Amino acid sequence: MNDPIIQMKNIQKHFGSVIALAGVSVDIRGGECHCLLGDNGAGKSTFIKTMSGVHKPTSGEIIFEGKPMNFTRPRDAIEAGIATVHQHLAMIPLMSVSRNFFMGNEPIKKFGPIRLFDHDHANEITMREMKKMGINLRGPDQAVGTLSGGERQTVAIARAVHFGAKVLILDEPTSALGVRQTSNVLATIDKVRKQGIAVVFITHNVRHAMAVGDRFTVLNRGQTHGTAMKGEITPEELQDLMAGGQELATLEGSLGGTV
Amino acid sequence: MSDVSSGDERIKEMSKVRKALMRPELGGIVGTVAVFVFFGLFAFDSGMFNAQGIMNWSVVSAQFMIIAVGACLLMISGEFDLSVGSMIGFAGMMIAIFGVTLGWPMWIAILVTFVICVAFGALNGYIVVKTGLPSFIVTLATLFILRGFTIFIPQTIERKTIIGGIREAAEGDWLAPLFGAKIGAPIFNWLGDMGIIATFERGNRMGEPVVDGIPMLMVWALGLVIFGHWLLTRTRFGNWIFASGGDADAARNSGVPVNAVKIQMFMFTAFCATVFAVCQVMEFGSAGADRGLLKEFEAIIAVVIGGALLTGGYGSVIGAALGALIFGVVQQGLFFAGVESSLFRVFLGVILLAAVILNTYIRRIITGER
Ligand SMILES: Nc1ncnc2c1ncn2[C@@H]1O[C@H](COP(=O)(O)OP(=O)(O)OP(=O)(O)O)[C@@H](O)[C@H]1O
Ligand SMILES: [Mg+2]
Repeated sequence: MNDPIIQMKNIQKHFGSVIALAGVSVDIRGGECHCLLGDNGAGKSTFIKTMSGVHKPTSGEIIFEGKPMNFTRPRDAIEAGIATVHQHLAMIPLMSVSRNFFMGNEPIKKFGPIRLFDHDHANEITMREMKKMGINLRGPDQAVGTLSGGERQTVAIARAVHFGAKVLILDEPTSALGVRQTSNVLATIDKVRKQGIAVVFITHNVRHAMAVGDRFTVLNRGQTHGTAMKGEITPEELQDLMAGGQELATLEGSLGGTV
Repeated sequence: MSDVSSGDERIKEMSKVRKALMRPELGGIVGTVAVFVFFGLFAFDSGMFNAQGIMNWSVVSAQFMIIAVGACLLMISGEFDLSVGSMIGFAGMMIAIFGVTLGWPMWIAILVTFVICVAFGALNGYIVVKTGLPSFIVTLATLFILRGFTIFIPQTIERKTIIGGIREAAEGDWLAPLFGAKIGAPIFNWLGDMGIIATFERGNRMGEPVVDGIPMLMVWALGLVIFGHWLLTRTRFGNWIFASGGDADAARNSGVPVNAVKIQMFMFTAFCATVFAVCQVMEFGSAGADRGLLKEFEAIIAVVIGGALLTGGYGSVIGAALGALIFGVVQQGLFFAGVESSLFRVFLGVILLAAVILNTYIRRIITGER
């Protein structure tokens, strides 16, 4: 397989006395969908936040495209082509859909030295991308606050897909979605992956993970039990692993050399 | 693009009224109309609507507008500045100290004052952003610190709290007229000659029009309103202002430099306060330690009447300007109508409450909360 886009080496993250991540190593490759699984509080969100520049790891190394990367703010990650759908969506209810869609990445229209927010362009793209995801908006100026939870999630996903040039991180993107929107998201993951983009997909749903995942990493209490390839692990085994690793001893064999 | 939204038959067309309600300026527009109708009916003969009267409430409104623009953008970005009033007093005093006591050329005094005040704004912002304390508390501290200096410094140096002679010191200066001059004198002279506006009938200004020009203060007010509105609605930075106040964490996670935005808004607020102060000392010719008292609240009230949410993330500069206009017209209108001026405060309290309740209701509509 191709070289990893991101290598996370021995990442630790402490919040005061809470150890959220106790040394997690994962590598993410272009063109794969890497599923991140684990119980509530396992550290999945914390882990991807170190990848998207929200948290600075307490220790450990992030290698992005072969070079050590020091993301000090989310903007650095976004500029590097890493887009994230956070579990608690980064959406602002009082702002319109298109203002939200382009928040932090506003398209610019130049008049000599004066640079303006290109609202027409923003509105057009927003409507188009939302339609692709199966959501018909009343208009691009509709406030996000008036959207349903699932519709908001879809805006966040459409936005990340639009801006995720190299890596797309989805933290439980399907948790509030209906059947049609979920299959849309899974299909989008598949499509994006085929374009060579790396997808990091966090979910609690084994069937969703199995449907699109190429590799699976399970986190448990801030640690990883290693990464399994598709075909090396059955849905039942994955389910057991996520449940907290009680049956871990019997499953270690099936994780095989990748532990 | 028009057929895009027609794809979902469940989406009910929003009624026009509801849509109009969602514009932040609505309250300001309705209030402005109401105020003019009211005074038009009850105080038309009071002189409020002749040239002098119009100039009178226009100048007062313009003063409110200048500080309201700063307060508005700052409030939308999610913060308050309670030190605006003290900043006005402080800035005026600095100009007097530099330009009169120390005898510096007026333009240097003005520029240095701007630098000092904007730096104080930046300090306010920096402390708020770095400590995460509510701006209410931080700027309350600045309110006292600046007011204290504004009294202490002239008292120590000059043994008084009012310093005059600013107009004389500004004589012939190239920068001072930008704040203190009046423009359009020929037009007003012509209007006076044509009899469209009244002229003085006796005294040493006999024959001159009662209104002899538009003070630069009003030009500043208009310029700042246009600039603020443009910045907020037309630029990328405007989107960042909304985002910072709407939800700072969400904005940060999306790559908006929230801290920088907030600090710059504090600086802009300080800039507006300084513009106010310079115009004021140029008009009065003196600086007083008690200048600008309570101005911070008047600015905030104008902004809230103009439809901005106290919690940030929503508002309009045009709305704030209309709020300032309502403020100015009512304050001066009650004076023209001969109403006891203390009633103005009653009015202020009532309208503030009404505006906040209306805004909360509008917010519910926008965010779909029930
Ligand atoms: N900002 C923070 N400050 C303190 N503790 C935190 C912070 N963020 C996360 N934690 C702690 O870190 C641990 C991991 O949290 P995280 O959100 O990463 O879990 P998760 O795997 O995403 O869980 P879920 O499946 O419920 O989303 C938790 O125990 C949480 O309490
Ligand atoms: Mg999580």
